[in-house]
Amino acid sequence: MSWLLAFEVPYWGQSVFRVLGGLVAVLLPAGTIVYVFLFKMMSFMQSRLGPMEAGPYGSLQLVAEVGKWLQKEDIVPANADRKIFKMAPVVVLLSTFLLVAVVPFGPDAWFTNFETGIFYALAVSSVSVLGILMAGWASANKYSLLGGLRAAGQLIAYELPMVLAVIGVVIQAGTMNLQEIVVAQNAGSIFGFDGLGNPYIITQFVGFVVFMIAIQAELTQTPFDMPIAESELVSGYMTEYSGFRFLIFFIGEFATAGVFAMIASTLFLGGWGVPFAWFGWESVDQVDNWMNFAGPVIVITKMMLITFLVMWARFSYPRFREDQLQRFAWKVLIPISLVNIMVTAVFKVAL
Amino acid sequence: MSDFLRSFLTVVWFGLAAILIAGLLLWVASLLRPSKPGREKLLTYESGVDPAGEGWSQSQVRYYIFALLFVIFDVEAVFIFPWATQLERYGTFGLVEMAVFVFVLLLGLVYAWRKGVLRWV
Repeated sequence: MSWLLAFEVPYWGQSVFRVLGGLVAVLLPAGTIVYVFLFKMMSFMQSRLGPMEAGPYGSLQLVAEVGKWLQKEDIVPANADRKIFKMAPVVVLLSTFLLVAVVPFGPDAWFTNFETGIFYALAVSSVSVLGILMAGWASANKYSLLGGLRAAGQLIAYELPMVLAVIGVVIQAGTMNLQEIVVAQNAGSIFGFDGLGNPYIITQFVGFVVFMIAIQAELTQTPFDMPIAESELVSGYMTEYSGFRFLIFFIGEFATAGVFAMIASTLFLGGWGVPFAWFGWESVDQVDNWMNFAGPVIVITKMMLITFLVMWARFSYPRFREDQLQRFAWKVLIPISLVNIMVTAVFKVAL
Repeated sequence: MSDFLRSFLTVVWFGLAAILIAGLLLWVASLLRPSKPGREKLLTYESGVDPAGEGWSQSQVRYYIFALLFVIFDVEAVFIFPWATQLERYGTFGLVEMAVFVFVLLLGLVYAWRKGVLRWV
């Protein structure tokens, strides 16, 4: 974006554009994911049609839902810790917004260009745990408390495989800057063949699988949805929430799914880029300006692919038990990702 | 101001935007929604029956040992990241050093495993 803005628009103007872009980058994927996957794909997989009344094929269902939730009473239980109870959904949404700030959408279309981009992303993604714990604690409800504690236990257990899977990518790219990771993938080649670039999903396939399992758990999607297990805990930490505060939790959940999918596509599928060899580019400076407009579309497409995988697993598998979840993280994923790091490092030094 | 600080300022704007948009939506909702609190309605939800005991009940925190292990491995990750970016420069030396480091950590994990603390008791 800066190529467009650097000359005449002052810093505050750029910031306004960035924040508006960020809003779109959070809310658009969230809405799309809920409609395409949660409403339609889930229905088709369960041999039903899903919402069909509001708009063609139910495409305005989301508008109807938001209109409905706006009119719902906002109940704060008498025993609850009012301030923290009201803050918790906002903290979850805050984590999503902080996370999207780091995703690059084009050669110049970025919100922030941190040298330690992926490190920052991993750090702020944990902020949502605070919101969930706050919600679980402040509700003064046994289901909520158990749900919040389960969520915290699960998120710290799966944070580690995620971090360790990312290290494989960092070793290959030699940088933590997400922009440079994208360029390294698209400018790269596999054994001299550069028609595909070098998307790390091929060379880091183990890391990709570990990362996908970890984000499934971080997003508390179904094989790992013990924190909100309906059949045991009603709705976990969200039990006492009603009205628009509940909807903010809901938006936060699916917006985070979208942003995590964008980060996964940036790390493993080449992000906003197309293989540079297609157009004879060699470095990021030679990339044409139209990529700033095509980039977001490419990122969203790859995001939909990744989210499809997440949702496919969500609709296909039953829930794990809590002990199985912890055992799986500590005894399978972490050793695998440590070995993956060492193997990657050996290849990097040897080749 | 340097670009570096400006990047962080952008992050602050994003955080403020999140709080603002949530506040705005909740404000619009507060104009539209009814508010008729009642004793029954404000009762803690416990599957439809009157709640027994206190909501902040004592429950066993089973994973405090996982939390300790998490800190160890998270610090490890902090050490590995800078090494990972500079591996090309360090070459074999860096590889051997990090192999020793990761091996020691794996020993720790195996020790915890053998001690049985990785079970959800």
